[in-house]
Amino acid sequence: MGSYIGKSVKRREDARFLKGEGKYTDDIKLPNMTHMAFVRSPYASANVLSVDTSEAEKAEGVVAVFTAEDGCGQYGVPCGWQVNFKNGETMREPQHPLLAKDKIRHVGEPVAIVIAETQALARDAAELVAVEYEELPAVTNPKEAMKDGAPKVHDQFPDNMAFDWCIGNDRAEVEAALEKAHHVTELEFINQRLAPNAIEPRSYIADYDVNGDKWTLYTSTQNPHLIRLLMCAFVLGIPEHKVRVVSYDVGGGFGSKIYHYTEEALVTWVSREIARPVKWTADRSEAFLMDAHGRDHVVKSKMGFDKEGHIVAHLTDEYCSMGAYLSTFAPAIPTYLHGTLFQGLYKTPLIHLNVVAPFTHTVPVDAYRGAGRPEATYLIERLVSKGAKEMGMDPAEIRFKNFIEPFDGVNQPGYQTQVALQYDSGNYAPALEKALDAIGYKDFRKEQAEARKNGKLLGLGISTWIEGCGIAPSAVVGALGARAGLYEVGHVRVQPTGKVSVYTGTHSHGQGHETAFAQFVADRLGIPMDDVEIIHGDTEQVAFGMGTYGSRSLSVGGSAIVKSIEKVLEKGAKIAAHKLEASVEDLEYAGGKWTVKGTDKSISFGDVSLTAYVPHDYPQGLEPGLDFSSFYDPANFTFPFGAHLAIVEVDQDTGKVDLKRFVTCDDVGNIINPMIVDGQIHGGVVQGIGQALLEEVVFDESGQMITGSYMDYAMPRADDLPMIETHNTVTPCPHNPLGVKGAGEAGAIGSTPAVVNAVVDALWHLGVRDIQMPLTPQRVWKAMQQ
Amino acid sequence: MIPAKFDYIKVSSINEAVDLVDKHGFDAKILAGGHSLIPAMKLRLNTPSILIDISGIEGMNEIKESGDEIIVGANCTHKQIMSSDLVKNQLNILAQTAATIGDVQVRNRGTIGGSLAHSDPSADYPATVLACDAKIEVTSKNGSRTIDAEDFFQGIFTTALEDDEIITAVRFPKVKDGNYQKFYQSASRFAVVGVAVVKDGNGVKVGITGVADTPYRAKAVEKAYDGSTDAATHAVDGVDVMSDHFADSEYRAHLAKVMVKKALA
Ligand SMILES: Cc1cc2nc3c(=O)[nH]c(=O)nc-3n(C[C@H](O)[C@H](O)[C@H](O)COP(=O)(O)OP(=O)(O)OC[C@H]3O[C@@H](n4cnc5c(N)ncnc54)[C@H](O)[C@@H]3O)c2cc1C
Repeated sequence: MGSYIGKSVKRREDARFLKGEGKYTDDIKLPNMTHMAFVRSPYASANVLSVDTSEAEKAEGVVAVFTAEDGCGQYGVPCGWQVNFKNGETMREPQHPLLAKDKIRHVGEPVAIVIAETQALARDAAELVAVEYEELPAVTNPKEAMKDGAPKVHDQFPDNMAFDWCIGNDRAEVEAALEKAHHVTELEFINQRLAPNAIEPRSYIADYDVNGDKWTLYTSTQNPHLIRLLMCAFVLGIPEHKVRVVSYDVGGGFGSKIYHYTEEALVTWVSREIARPVKWTADRSEAFLMDAHGRDHVVKSKMGFDKEGHIVAHLTDEYCSMGAYLSTFAPAIPTYLHGTLFQGLYKTPLIHLNVVAPFTHTVPVDAYRGAGRPEATYLIERLVSKGAKEMGMDPAEIRFKNFIEPFDGVNQPGYQTQVALQYDSGNYAPALEKALDAIGYKDFRKEQAEARKNGKLLGLGISTWIEGCGIAPSAVVGALGARAGLYEVGHVRVQPTGKVSVYTGTHSHGQGHETAFAQFVADRLGIPMDDVEIIHGDTEQVAFGMGTYGSRSLSVGGSAIVKSIEKVLEKGAKIAAHKLEASVEDLEYAGGKWTVKGTDKSISFGDVSLTAYVPHDYPQGLEPGLDFSSFYDPANFTFPFGAHLAIVEVDQDTGKVDLKRFVTCDDVGNIINPMIVDGQIHGGVVQGIGQALLEEVVFDESGQMITGSYMDYAMPRADDLPMIETHNTVTPCPHNPLGVKGAGEAGAIGSTPAVVNAVVDALWHLGVRDIQMPLTPQRVWKAMQQ
Repeated sequence: MIPAKFDYIKVSSINEAVDLVDKHGFDAKILAGGHSLIPAMKLRLNTPSILIDISGIEGMNEIKESGDEIIVGANCTHKQIMSSDLVKNQLNILAQTAATIGDVQVRNRGTIGGSLAHSDPSADYPATVLACDAKIEVTSKNGSRTIDAEDFFQGIFTTALEDDEIITAVRFPKVKDGNYQKFYQSASRFAVVGVAVVKDGNGVKVGITGVADTPYRAKAVEKAYDGSTDAATHAVDGVDVMSDHFADSEYRAHLAKVMVKKALA
């Protein structure tokens, strides 16, 4: 027993993952199961003139062929967040059909589905469906989409605009401050579109039970209850209590498995039509084409400074693509998960962000690791470093000068930003100091000068980041347009023998909840970790839940479990008091037993549990059993923060960037399992480095994705990376019982600007001020030539 | 990613293979390591109805010394080539080249014959095959012939091979002083530019892949070579340089010069 919190306990789930024995959706094979294949549009923009399924219907092994004419999911897939125009008008919300009827709006949009006895036969038959298209011009760049005469994505919205939104101080006031500023730095760039690339492609199996008129949907999702709610209530109009959604092991999501996808609703619908189980698993090409992408902002920013380097104002205008339709959380990403972080770590007194969100002929864009916050951090941290260097100031110094003073959220109030939210607690300077010490900042400048003399281009980049996670207080997000609450459910079932089953509405798809959650549950109850099991991912076992994204699982889901543990201990104390013939006030609970204070009289957790289920000698009027469920709605977001530093060397001849060192110092509040937090930071950092140096979804003129495979979409690999050196400071979250803030997205938020700042630093003396991401050798070399 | 239906025959002799190719014509495809063909079939870009697997043909996966030559069987894998002592000692540039290809899995399966027949404009071997003045041995129902490296590569995925011809071996002269330099494409890790330089008493031979739609001998460099690396500036003289989103023609031309310089050094 003893304390598990703070220990790098090895992950329980890893044995099955490492042995290849995880239970992923595609591993499930049901008796009598059929397979679904899609007929997908090869065009980004087209009219569908005719669909002829007759040949496919006759093909070997075909069970059924369906098109939009067959009336599946007539309401389409809904959007879960409403963002209003700045003039109050509601956002434009086009219908997102399950199968395209007469119009194609992105490459890969499905036109028909073929159900057959095997996956191969389904695919063979899908090739026999004859679709006649009339190709139309397409637009894929969000800024281009807003130009007069741009190809229309939805005829009913001729200007292609989903919404035009703003946040922060009055624009005129911000502009006036910029006018008067001592120095104004500017940036114009594209925060490029990324493909999420979870290692497990999306996979769904629907199993309709004719006798019970019930479904089981096995799905690779980050939030089974949310999928059930959206699909049942909005898409298919079937009663929720008739549907069980199961999401066992899931191989990564990074946001892309939050959303309710058309394929999920289609298998469910078809399963009833044919009264047989139906499976669909995306292949890698479909994953590139159909998984919601991330980022895709066209950005124009200005930041003003006074003589001493204090930031006086920040103004940004962005075009943020929604893609062809509004995915589940899409409108929230470039608005409430982005603009609300424009304060950064700084005392900036005047901030204004305007976001125009156009439709484009591309697959929808939604949350991708960090979701809006990496985009905010990128532009702020690039501006601060660029501004500092233009003014001849040290980019570390300018940050210290502008940091918000420390506040713990208990003795000092939270920090009210200019952009709606109130930070919970923060102490920013120590994180940057620690990172600077770790990298040897003072000596580096000498080394850099030395290296330059020898023709070597060394650079160091700094990024300090903050994010709002622990999503989210329901009333707050409701006011901001969320169509769901964002509380969490934690259920603690103490078995008669004192073993504990914990049911959480969060979902683990790589994060290690089975281990980290068991650590704090075991500690709170004073029992061995082996006595605690964590269960998630099944709507029939877990009462309800909102799933995992926005680094919320421990801070929101964990807090719900803590509430239930408190109820267990409160009731347990009553039973213990009865058995020990003492009063509850005289008891203390420690080490897994209740003891009468000042005596050696005690009773163990196990004995109390047994008594609760065999209530022979039992307090009068007390219900038997030891089983509690709680809903927890957080009081605020949590605001982890940190500093990321990169050292790069740029090859003079080829422009290739060699990342030499990467140092982090992150403050994610209290840490339950340092190894898991480090793992989350590593993964996030690598994704951020991927964006900085390698990754980019590219479309051609006609809207074809020319980076639709790993031949052309560059993912970071081990040999692209240095060892990642992680450090921490700890500033507990003041408003949740575990004092935790969240670590899932941190790495991806802080790392990208550190790398780009480092490359720009290496080339500053050559006049380079900015390079478009990803910083491919070609782009870096061209920047050096100018 | 499921290929269309196909039949599969594994042959044990070259005669059996050429007979089957003759019999099935266009419907048939030779299968060696499968590391170019199978991906294309999975995407249904290639839909042969019969695969003739030549990987079991006896003798076609051997590396032999014969007088002044090293003879590499067409079925030799990249891994076999990079680890062969004979190649490392007598034809080191080929071992260097093989070691840059793909990853361990690719090198364990992919073959030199398959790579040359496939003739991807960014493949690595062509540069070295050209710089070494290697000879490609091919066989068909009508007999055997030898194709000079310079005549072999004819365009993107196009070679001097007739439809019914199978590569059986590649004959290389022994090379003492050779150097292969590759600039990797960040996603596929194929060559954006690959440069092979072979030096002998008389001068240099330079083969370049990745730059034009057909790998070529950089004759202008060879001509200008004066023992220094200055001739590298002629790397793309008279060449129509390819362009894609990783490297447009301006950058690719620059890279070609940089890599030739490195290879000459
Ligand atoms: C992930 C990945 C990375 C790769 N990276 C690189 C790289 O960095 N550099 C590089 O050069 N290549 C690379 N390749 C390609 C690899 O080298 C292939 O193995 C090679 O191109 C084809 O050889 P194979 O034996 O696999 O041929 P197969 O795929 O079996 O056949 C390829 C083609 O050649 C024909 N063919 C095969 N053998 C013969 C023969 N003896 N005679 C006539 N025709 C024949 C086949 O019919 C087919 O058309 C990569 C491949 C993959 C999958």
